[in-house]
Amino acid sequence: MEKEEVKKKIYALIEKSVGKKKLKSSDIQKTISAEAGVTRDEVKAALKDLVDEGALIYTYFGGSFVEIPPKQ
Amino acid sequence: MPKKYQTPLLDELEKGPFPSFVTEIKKAAAKNDMAADELGLLEKSYKTKRGYWKHGGIVGVRGYGGGVIGRYSSLAEEFPNVANFHTVRINSTSAFFYTSKFLNEMCDIWDKYGSGLTNLHGSTGDLVLLGTNTENLEPIFAEFSSRGWDLGGSGSAMRTPSCCVGPARCEWSNIDTLEINYAVTQEFQDEMHRPAFPYKFKFKTAGCAVDCIASIARADCSIIGTWKGKISVDQKEVAAYAKNGMNITEEIVNMCPSQCMSYDGKELKIDDANCVRCMHCIAKMTKALKGTGEKGATILIGSKAPFVIGATLSHVIVPFMKMEAPYDELKDLVRKMWEWWDEHGKNRERIGELIIRRGMREFLEFIGIDPIPQHVKEPRRDPFYFWTEADLQKK
Repeated sequence: MEKEEVKKKIYALIEKSVGKKKLKSSDIQKTISAEAGVTRDEVKAALKDLVDEGALIYTYFGGSFVEIPPKQ
Repeated sequence: MPKKYQTPLLDELEKGPFPSFVTEIKKAAAKNDMAADELGLLEKSYKTKRGYWKHGGIVGVRGYGGGVIGRYSSLAEEFPNVANFHTVRINSTSAFFYTSKFLNEMCDIWDKYGSGLTNLHGSTGDLVLLGTNTENLEPIFAEFSSRGWDLGGSGSAMRTPSCCVGPARCEWSNIDTLEINYAVTQEFQDEMHRPAFPYKFKFKTAGCAVDCIASIARADCSIIGTWKGKISVDQKEVAAYAKNGMNITEEIVNMCPSQCMSYDGKELKIDDANCVRCMHCIAKMTKALKGTGEKGATILIGSKAPFVIGATLSHVIVPFMKMEAPYDELKDLVRKMWEWWDEHGKNRERIGELIIRRGMREFLEFIGIDPIPQHVKEPRRDPFYFWTEADLQKK
């Protein structure tokens, strides 16, 4: 699967969980690698891109999570 | 001119023989608004016996998941200069060697963008900059990264590794702690800056079992230098210690945890096969005793401060590992341990707690290490190894 596809899947997963559950990086890696049949390293690389682009951010609430940044 | 607050309660903490953090905050408060408001807020906390800080949330620099700890005050109107008072962690050098040029630059940057208050070093080992606002985070990061510095670790990530001074200044070091620390830092950059663990993970490297850095109590993974050969004994120096008033039987022989030493008033003998290499005798009789032979490290896992369970000390996993660059054996072992922890760890569960919850047996099986006597922490009380049905049937 292309990296862009993986990125879309990650973003969609996080978007779906907004207001319900905060997702950790490892939750995302496990879910997407199982769903999309890609390795966890590939998910990690896609996640890194999304964070570097600013589409996602890390937050800390008694543990580190990955979330969509708040709208300005 | 920063606002001046009356601080009768904090003033009490300046009395007495010890250095006072209040005195240092006051110095910064004389020229910095943030430090001044921090002092006012702290006095209020002491008066009302309440804390006014909220920790965490959404704060950081782009691309990084650690290195900045968000702090927000609930008294933003009363103390507007500390409405945000974020902590920035800078990845420290191995054994904290800096040039005065860097320290000057660091102070200048921090006076410009922050409160001027620093903490060298925090218990994690980072160079800690205390108190800045959200807008200044990216400029601070740019200033430091343009000079070759990076943020340290925070959150559910590998924390900034730290080490003792090692061979840089200590002749007893069995390993190059500084190089190991640097190698670990470089190898696991991703794990430090992009939090993906169930909780924090700390590395600390000590050159010998004296463990000046207290790695056995403070690191999830303690790397402690050791040796394989005998302890060489210079009997002339032993006699000199005795002549100078040392009670060798009381201070050395009786203090040996494995009772592998004897002294008849003339000669000190060591049964090296039973020595556990604790370094007590060597540290006490530095001129007379020295570890010889092959040098390497003992790898331990699982110490932490009290949280879910009480404080724990690290547990021996590999009694002796040769420590030579590029340290592939160590790196592979660490990756295996992380894989198991990642698979089974609950949120905010340290690896040592997971080992206690699921058992040492499962942990050892996963990382591919056979159980050995050195894994037994407390003989006859150690719950870590259990036989399976299959093991019993083999008998």
